[in-house]
Amino acid sequence: MIKTLAKSIREYKNVSLLTPVFVSLEVVMECLIPFMIARLVNQIKAGSSLHHLLFSSLWLALMALVSLFFGSLAGLTCATASSGLARNLRKDMFYAIQDYAFENIDKFHTSSLVTRMTTDITNVQNAFMMIIRIAIRAPLMLIFAFVMAFIMGGRMAWIFLVVLPVLSAGLILVIARAMPVFRRVFRKYDRLNASIQENINGMRVVKSYVREDYEQQKFNAAAEEVCKDFTRAEQILAFNNPLMQFCIYTVMTFVLSYGSYTIITTRGLALDVGQMSALITYSFMMLMSLMMLSMVFVMITMAIESGQRIVAVLNEGSSLANPPQPVRQVANGSVDFDHVSFKYNLNADRLVLADINLHIRSGETIGIIGGTGSAKSSLIQLISRLYDATEGTVRVGGVDVRLYDLETLRNQVAVVLQKNVLFSGTIRENLRWGNQHMTEAQMRQACQIACADEFIEQFPKAYDAYIEQGGSNVSGGQKQRLCIARALLKQPQILILDDSTSAVDTRTDARIRQGLKTYLPQTTKIIIAQRTASVQDADRIIVLDSGRINGIGTHQELLEQNEIYREIYTSQNKMEADHAQA
Amino acid sequence: MPKPEKIKQPASGTIRRLLKLMLSFFPVMLPVTLFCILFNAAVSAIPSIFMQNIIAAVETSWQSGDWQGVSARILRLVTILAVLYVLSLTAGLVYNQLMALITQGTLKKLRIRLFDGMQRLPIRYFDTHNHGDIMSHYTNDIDALRQMISQSFPQLIISGVTVLILLGIMLYFSVWMSLLIWLGVLVIFLVTKKVGGGSARYFFRQQEAIGKVEGYIEESMNGQKVIKVFCHESESKADFDRLNDELFMVSETANKYANILGPLLNNIGNLLYVLVALGGGLLILSGLPNLSLSGMAMSISIAVPFLNITKQFVGNISQVSHQINAVVMGLAGTRRIFALMDEQPEQDQGYVTLVNATEEHGQLTESETFTGIWAWKHPHQADGTITYTRLAGDVRLYDVDFAYDPAKPILHDLSLYAKPGQKVAFVGATGAGKTTITNLLNRFYDIADGKIRYDGININKIRKPDLRHALGVVLQDTNLFSGTVMDNIRYGKLSASDADCVAAARLAGADDFISRLPQGYQTKLSENGANLSQGQRQLLSIARAAVADPPVMILDEATSSIDTRTEAIVQRGMDSLMHGRTVFVIAHRLSTVKNANVIIVLDHGRIIERGSHAELLAQKGQYYQLYTGAFELE
Repeated sequence: MIKTLAKSIREYKNVSLLTPVFVSLEVVMECLIPFMIARLVNQIKAGSSLHHLLFSSLWLALMALVSLFFGSLAGLTCATASSGLARNLRKDMFYAIQDYAFENIDKFHTSSLVTRMTTDITNVQNAFMMIIRIAIRAPLMLIFAFVMAFIMGGRMAWIFLVVLPVLSAGLILVIARAMPVFRRVFRKYDRLNASIQENINGMRVVKSYVREDYEQQKFNAAAEEVCKDFTRAEQILAFNNPLMQFCIYTVMTFVLSYGSYTIITTRGLALDVGQMSALITYSFMMLMSLMMLSMVFVMITMAIESGQRIVAVLNEGSSLANPPQPVRQVANGSVDFDHVSFKYNLNADRLVLADINLHIRSGETIGIIGGTGSAKSSLIQLISRLYDATEGTVRVGGVDVRLYDLETLRNQVAVVLQKNVLFSGTIRENLRWGNQHMTEAQMRQACQIACADEFIEQFPKAYDAYIEQGGSNVSGGQKQRLCIARALLKQPQILILDDSTSAVDTRTDARIRQGLKTYLPQTTKIIIAQRTASVQDADRIIVLDSGRINGIGTHQELLEQNEIYREIYTSQNKMEADHAQA
Repeated sequence: MPKPEKIKQPASGTIRRLLKLMLSFFPVMLPVTLFCILFNAAVSAIPSIFMQNIIAAVETSWQSGDWQGVSARILRLVTILAVLYVLSLTAGLVYNQLMALITQGTLKKLRIRLFDGMQRLPIRYFDTHNHGDIMSHYTNDIDALRQMISQSFPQLIISGVTVLILLGIMLYFSVWMSLLIWLGVLVIFLVTKKVGGGSARYFFRQQEAIGKVEGYIEESMNGQKVIKVFCHESESKADFDRLNDELFMVSETANKYANILGPLLNNIGNLLYVLVALGGGLLILSGLPNLSLSGMAMSISIAVPFLNITKQFVGNISQVSHQINAVVMGLAGTRRIFALMDEQPEQDQGYVTLVNATEEHGQLTESETFTGIWAWKHPHQADGTITYTRLAGDVRLYDVDFAYDPAKPILHDLSLYAKPGQKVAFVGATGAGKTTITNLLNRFYDIADGKIRYDGININKIRKPDLRHALGVVLQDTNLFSGTVMDNIRYGKLSASDADCVAAARLAGADDFISRLPQGYQTKLSENGANLSQGQRQLLSIARAAVADPPVMILDEATSSIDTRTEAIVQRGMDSLMHGRTVFVIAHRLSTVKNANVIIVLDHGRIIERGSHAELLAQKGQYYQLYTGAFELE
C-alpha cells in the first residue's frame, strides 16, 4: 500500500525529503537551548560580568532564531509536500477512473468514490504531514533530550529510564484498548448518520403515516447505543492525560528532592541549580514527545484504512486496453456477432448472452425488443467495446473490435445510453461533447433531427440555457432528445439508441425516427425499445429472450411467426383498440 | 460547511445557552467537573512557589554541604508538593473521566433534541432546505461541537486559570519581569492574529475548494459511462486538473500558515526566555531595587523558577491560540444546531379526533377498544356538545387556491368532490399542479383560500395526526427504511401482525417477489432498498399503504420507466388497493385513469376538462390529445 501511495509523491519528493532534515536541525537547536540557559543561569548565579551575560544571551537568541528559521522552513516544505501528495493522489485517482472500463466502473458506487477522493485523501494528507514532521520530530526530540539530560544530570537522568517505559507502556495499553472500540463505534456512528439521512429523505412517508414518535424511539435507541460506545472509547483515552501528569509529577518530585540532595552533598559539583532546572525542561520535552508519538500512531492507524481504500481504486487496472498496433479506421457500419457469449462476471454461472450469431449490414436499421433481463443493453454494449465478449468475436466494419483503437471505435459507434446524463453547463456545452468543433449549423441540424430545437428555442437563452447537474431542470423527454442530438453530432457510422425515446411522446418519437432515416441514410441504426411502435418500421427486428435471439424478421414476419413479439404487440395495442371502440 | 454569515448572533449568547443546556443535562456532574478542572489547573501552577522555596533552601546551604541542616525543610516542602500532586492527579483522573461522560452525554441529548425537533418540522422546511445541509447538522456541526466541548473548553479553563495564577506568582516575585513577559504576550497575540487569521481564512477557502472538487467528482462519476461513450476522458481530466490545482494552492497556503504558527510561538517563547534570563541577571547584578508583592529582593532563587514560569506561561498562551480555530468552528456549529432547534414546529390547531366507535340504531358511541368502526369526535365549543360522525371517506374541495410562494399561485379555484368509494384521477402536464393536491389533502401545506372538507368536517379542524391516519398515500418516489421487508410493510400499521403484513403484500402483488428473496420477509433492506428493483420498491410501498387500510387513498404514480411486465403487476397491485376506497390518482402514465369515476385535466393550476374517460375522449380536447400520445405527459 505504502509503495503505491508513495508513487504519487513525484515532484514533491525533494520537499518531502527536506522536511525531516529541517525538522532535525530545528530539534537540535531546541535541545541545545536549555543547555545554554543552564549556563546562563549559572553565570547569573556566579555573578559573572555583564559582558559574559550578554554574550550568552546573544548566543541563545541566535539559536532561537535558527530554530525558528528551520522550524518555519520545515513547516513550509511540509505544507507543500503534503498538499502536493494529496493533489497528485486525487489526480491519479481521477485519471485512473477515467481510464476504467465499464466493468471497473460497475464495481464502485459513486458515493464511495467521492468519499475516497475527499475524506480518505484528506486523512492520508494529514497522516503524511504527521509522518514527515512530527513522527521525525518526536523520536529525535526524545533521543536528544535524553542524551542532554544524561550529559547534564548524570546519575539523575536514570529516573527517565524508569519513567519513560512506564509512560510508553501506559500509552500503548490505552491505545490498544481504545482503538478497537473506536473502530466499532465509527461504524455504528456511520449507520446512525445513514438512518438520519434516510429519515430526512423519507420525511413525507414519516409524516403521512404519523410515525414521528416511532422514528424518535428508533433514533433514541440508536443514539443511546452510539453514546455508550463513544463514552467507553473516550473514557479509555481519558487516561492519557492523568498518566502524563503522573509521570511529570514523579519526575518533578524526584528531581527537586534528590536534586537538592545531590547539589548540597556534592557542593554543586555533580549538579548545580541551573542544571537542575534544565533537567526539568528536558523531562517535559521527553514526555511531550512520547505523547505526540502516541497521537501520531493513532492518526496513522486511522489513515491506514483510508490508504487501503485509495489504493484499491489506483490498483484497479482497466480491464480493457488498446491493442499494440491499433486499427484507426472503421471501414463501414456493418456489425457481426460470431458465436458471442457474455457474462459480466467471469465467475458467474449464468451467461447473460448465449451464442449470439448476428450480421447487420452497413446502413441497415435494426430494432431490438424483449423484456427486462433479456440482455438488450448487454448486446449493444459489446459493439462499441464497452465490455469484451466472454466468448466469440464481435466485428465492426469486418474487423474484430479488440483490434481497434478504442477512441476510433467509440467515435464511429455512438451509443445513447439508457441511463443517460447531461452535465451542468449550457445546452451548447453539452452538445459539444459530440463534436468539439461543431458549427452553429451542425448543432442546429442535430437538434432539429432529435426534435430538440422546438423546446430549446423556447428557453429565454435558447442554446445557452443552463442545464443543472444531472439535467434536473429539463423533463425526461427533453433530456432524452438532447442526448440523441449530442450523439448525432458525432456523425457516426453506427448509431445505437438504447431505449432513448421512452419518455418522448409517440408522435415526436416517430418524427425522430423519420429524421434519422433521411439525414443519416448511410449510418447503421440500432434501436432498442419497449414499444413495438418504435421499431416496427425497422428493416429487421430482433426479439431477445433471456440472452438468446428468439426471432429475427420484419414487423409483419414476426407478427405472424413470433409468439413473444405478438404478445408484446397485443398488450401494447389493447389501449388503442379500446380507444377505437370508444 | 457551516455558514457563519447566515446567523449573526453574539458568541457570548451562544456559549451561555450551550452552558445552560449542559448544566440542565448534568446539574451535579458539570459543577463537580468544573471544580476538578480548576483544582487540577491550580495545582499544576502552584509548584513554582515550592520550587522557589526549595531552591532558596539549596542556595543557602550548598556551599557548606550541610544536608542535615536543610533536609527537614526541603523534605517538608517536597512532601507538601507530593500531597498536592496526588490531589491534582485524583482531580485530573476524575475530571477526564467525567468530561468523557459529559461530552458524549451532551452530544447524545443534543442529537436527540435535534432529531425530535426535526420530526415536528413542517414539510415545507424539508422542501426548502437542501437535505445535505440538514444532514450536516448531525455530522459536521456535532463533530465541531464535540471538539469544542471535550478539548477546547477544558483547555481554555485550565490555561485561563494557570495564566491567572502564574500572573499572581509573577507579580509576587517581580513586577519588572512580569512586565517583560506581558510584552511577550502582546507579541504572541499579534502574531496569532496575523498568522492564525491567515490560516483560518485559507482553511475556509479550502473547504469551498473541496466542495467544488467534490461536486465535480460526483457529477463525473455519475456520468462516467457517458464520458467513456463520448471519449471525453481527456477533457474531463483537464477540467478536473484545474479544480484540483486550485484546491492544492489554497490547501498549501492554509497549511503553511498553520505550520509556521507552532515554531513562531515556540521561539517567541524561547526569545522571551532569554530576555527574562538576561533581565533577571541584570537585576541581580546591578542590584536595582526589585518591585514585587512579596517585597523579596531579586535573587537566583527567584530567577530560576521565574524562568520556568515563563515557559509555562507562554506554553499556556499558545495552547489557547491553538484552540481558537476549534472554538470558532465549534461556535458556528453550535449556532447552526440551535437555529435548527429553534425552527418553528408544525402548527396544529385541530381538535376533531378519530376514535373507535360502536353503532346501535344509527347512534354512534365512543369505544375504548378496537371495534373496526371509526368515527370523528367533534366537540363544539359554542354549546359544549360532542357529535360523532362515522368515518366514510367523503372528500370535497371548495374554491381552493394555493401557492407555495405567494407570488406564484399554483392552484386556482379548484372545486371537486369524491364520494366514498369513488375514484378521481388528475391528469396534466408537469407543473400543472397535480402533485400539489397530495400536499393539501393531508395538510403538508395549508391552502390560501377556499375549504377542504373530509366527511363534512373542515380539515383545518381535524387534528393533523388523525387526518393523516384517515388518508393513505403512495408517493411518487418510494422511500424505504433500513430494516427487514416485514418492518417496512409494518410501517403502515405498527400493530399489524405478521399475517396481516403478508396479507397486505399478497393484495399488493408483492408476495411473489418477496418470497423469492433470500430470507423472504426477513430480508434486510438498506440504502432505500438498493438491492431491489424500482418496481419491487413500488410494490412494497403499495403493501405498506395496504396494511394501513385507510378509507381514502392518494396514489401518486411513479414516473420512472419500468418494463411492461412489472408495470402490469404494479398496476394490479394498485387496482386491488383502490378497491372499495375513495381514491385520488395523480396519473403520470394514463394507464390507471380509464376506470376513474371522474378524470380532471389540470393546466397551470386550473381545471380545464372534467368527466369520465369516454366523455373526455368524445370531447376530443386536451385529454384526447394526451391519451393518443400527441402530448408529452411528463
